[in-house]
Amino acid sequence: MFKKLSLLLILTWSISAQAAVVDELLSSYKSEGAGNFSASNGEALWNKDFPDPKEPGKVRNCSTCHGKNLQAKGKHASTGKVIDPIAPSANKERLTDAKFIEKWFKRNCKWVLGRECTPQEKGDFLTFLRTK
Amino acid sequence: MNNYRLLPVYVVAFFSLTAHAASDVAPVSNILYKNDCSACHMAYQPGLLPARSWQKIMNNLADHFGENAELDDTDRKAIMDYAMQNAADTSSFKRSKSIMKSLSSNDTPLRISETKYIKRKHRELSNKHVKDNPKVKSLSRCEACHTKADTGSYSEREINIPGFGRWDD
Repeated sequence: MFKKLSLLLILTWSISAQAAVVDELLSSYKSEGAGNFSASNGEALWNKDFPDPKEPGKVRNCSTCHGKNLQAKGKHASTGKVIDPIAPSANKERLTDAKFIEKWFKRNCKWVLGRECTPQEKGDFLTFLRTK
Repeated sequence: MNNYRLLPVYVVAFFSLTAHAASDVAPVSNILYKNDCSACHMAYQPGLLPARSWQKIMNNLADHFGENAELDDTDRKAIMDYAMQNAADTSSFKRSKSIMKSLSSNDTPLRISETKYIKRKHRELSNKHVKDNPKVKSLSRCEACHTKADTGSYSEREINIPGFGRWDD
């Protein structure tokens, strides 16, 4: 009983920590000029292919490293390092650290899109990902 | 009698010497360094490259071997300082010294696998062991064969090449 209760508490705590971190990021994106956020636009960005600047004819997208299934582990395209699932339902550490989220947005948007993502794109993506 | 009184000192001295000998390069002791580097690859020990190499690497994270590895400036400087302060040129560990001896003073290698010492140590390997081996692929994946690489230990008896097993010279 006590074990169940504490598990529930931990779960609630991690979900609310996640909600607070994401909500705060979303409102900061709005203050940077973004409008309302759309999960379906976020999903479209997740699935979109961008030309690979290194290998003509090939494409890069989010799943190049994170894999097609958001709840499964991914694999770094060049080093082969295993990447823990990106979906918060499969990995409770996801979306709990604003600094971590911004660090990887910067790196991965530049690698996939060839530029930083806009506040609108980042907000759409987080709105999509938090439901996964 | 006097000799026995000193016995604990000898024992401690013996174990600290062997403990040191087990590590070929100083193990990573900085949490930020370990966590940030190992997000994508093994956190290579700073003692595998000279300070000038770490400086160059940490000043060009936007193109980190073709990847973007940018950090905020506070973390970047902390990681660069740790790497430079523990680099091969000031280390007393044996492989660090060997790596330094194999470089000329104006060499600033960006890849550990480009240093003459590391090249020489791996010259008997062929493509089937590394490049064409799906579980290895590249000399940069130390931990694929050196089973204790993450602790700074690269001894020959700890080698296990996937698909080939132990390595004997």
